Amino acid sequence: MMGWNRLRWFFPMLILAGAILVFVLRSTMNDYVLSIVCFTGINIILAVSLNVTNGFTGLFSLGHPAFMAVGGYVAAILTFPVARKAMLLPALPAWLAAQQWSLLPALILGGLGATFAAFLVGFSVLRLKGHYLAVATLGFLIILQVLITNLESYTRGPLGLNGLPMLTNLWWVYVWAVITIYVCWKVKHSSLGRSMLAIRENEIAAECLGIPLARTRIMSFALGAFFAGVAGGLWAHLVTAITPTTFSVIMAFNLVVMVVVGGSGSITGAAFAAVMLTVVVEVLRPLEESLEAYGISEVIVAIGLLLILLYRPQGLFGSQEPAFVVRQRQRVSGEVGRALT
Amino acid sequence: MVGYIAQQLVNGLILGSMYALVAIGFTMIYGIIRLINFAHGDIVMIGAFVTLGLVISGKIPFPVIIILVFIAGALMGILIERAAFRPMRGAPQVTGFITSLAIAILLQNLGILLLTAQPRNFFCPDYLQTIFNFGPVSLRAIDFSIVVIAVVLMVFLVLLVRFTRLGMAMRATAENLNVARLMGININRTIMLAFAIGSGLAGVAGMMWGGKYGQIDPLLGFVPGLKAFVAAVIGGIGSIPGAMLGGYLLGFGEVLFVGLLPPIYSSYRDAFVFTTLILILLVLPTGLLGRKTEE
Repeated sequence: MMGWNRLRWFFPMLILAGAILVFVLRSTMNDYVLSIVCFTGINIILAVSLNVTNGFTGLFSLGHPAFMAVGGYVAAILTFPVARKAMLLPALPAWLAAQQWSLLPALILGGLGATFAAFLVGFSVLRLKGHYLAVATLGFLIILQVLITNLESYTRGPLGLNGLPMLTNLWWVYVWAVITIYVCWKVKHSSLGRSMLAIRENEIAAECLGIPLARTRIMSFALGAFFAGVAGGLWAHLVTAITPTTFSVIMAFNLVVMVVVGGSGSITGAAFAAVMLTVVVEVLRPLEESLEAYGISEVIVAIGLLLILLYRPQGLFGSQEPAFVVRQRQRVSGEVGRALT
Repeated sequence: MVGYIAQQLVNGLILGSMYALVAIGFTMIYGIIRLINFAHGDIVMIGAFVTLGLVISGKIPFPVIIILVFIAGALMGILIERAAFRPMRGAPQVTGFITSLAIAILLQNLGILLLTAQPRNFFCPDYLQTIFNFGPVSLRAIDFSIVVIAVVLMVFLVLLVRFTRLGMAMRATAENLNVARLMGININRTIMLAFAIGSGLAGVAGMMWGGKYGQIDPLLGFVPGLKAFVAAVIGGIGSIPGAMLGGYLLGFGEVLFVGLLPPIYSSYRDAFVFTTLILILLVLPTGLLGRKTEE
């Protein structure tokens, strides 16, 4: 009973503490630090949502930036001020040119757009497994980049859209990060999430237990894509610009690094790794510029990843949540986890 | 029009030769240890820069440069196998895949760090720039030698794999690694050799890439690497003749896609390649010449 009470209060307290932190940060820190904190939050959303696809279900996807791009472009076109739209995107259809949405509906529609793309792609590509799936999703990312570059009347091609209204602030990022973590947490501890973990561990056994493989796979792909789409929208309105090359293979790689370093399947791990990686890259950036040694941060991240794969291939947290977060649940999920592995 | 198509076909042959050389490495490494080595494309980049260094450094005759570039690529392949892939052996496929991606990013950024991201002009000796005209088709000596060198190397490779003890060891290891080990084959040496030959060929392909396009930069290897992988999949990954066939098919396909369709479609070139990849993976996962195997 004690443990149950603790669990009941732990999350609301954590959310409240986070909100106080956001408030304090916003009133004390300068814009530069705040923007780094925002990027950290967006990376948390991305890593935790990619963890549903890559970590829970074991669908190795490199297509996450593609879903970000879909969400980012949809949201950007919707929030773009009408006057600027007429100037930058004269070829836009009239009904679209007249729209000027506020951030929330634009983000949600961006997320839904990404989900739709995930359904379209998922139906064909999710039949593949392992590294073939990885290569196919990478191919999808490149195909989407080419499409965005060529659909000039909607996206202004390689120039991208710039001068977006800067609508994203830390509150937006914080609330979406909390929603993402909450939803993914609920999913992980539901029968759907358990089905996903079962598919990852042994597909044939899972199918024998009556788990619908195709549907569960698509669900995990689409769920990850929705939050990636939202994160893309937040990203676009934080940077206030969006170009097709932003959502690159490097970005896909960095997101996969976060999931692998944190431990495939661990939400805490993914969030922790997202924070760590963002901070490391931001700390290295001034170093990179002062030494004029461009590329050094990628080199360090890549070497770090190689070392973790060598010495701790299950990642920092394995597939579990750490004991201080789920003291009560740990006993149960620990048994399930052991039974699965 | 006929002349134009002939010229395009020749261009496809040149591009296909380079894809085929790189695809062979993919297929050899995959065939033996079931690893998609994404760092393979960056060996192409290293080959290009090594060639540039050798050309600048003095009057080394062209055939010697080819051999040196092959050796440089092979050494790089052995180094990568030793440092990164051997410790990971036995880990899940996806771990190897992430490792190779990490190495690809490492090599690209080391390249940027040491050589800057600025594209460099690739010096090609004058005698390789001579232009020959065959009716409507015009060819530089370098284009001609790309095709010839590629074909010679591929013939060598096929002979090696078919008729030598080493080649037999390789085929046995690809068939079944553990059984091959029980038959007394030195697995580590065989795997190392596959990496060495594959990477050496990729290095030579890098030399050709530089000669063909005239400019090189540290990121040049990634997309050709991906495309060569597509070629290997088309031909049936794991099969060396398949990789050659796939390389030429992809070369012709890409050039004809750009050359025969109206120009507005030419920027969809990469989309064409990767759509082909996804279709092949879905419809014909073992490729044209691959054998059906249990995953």
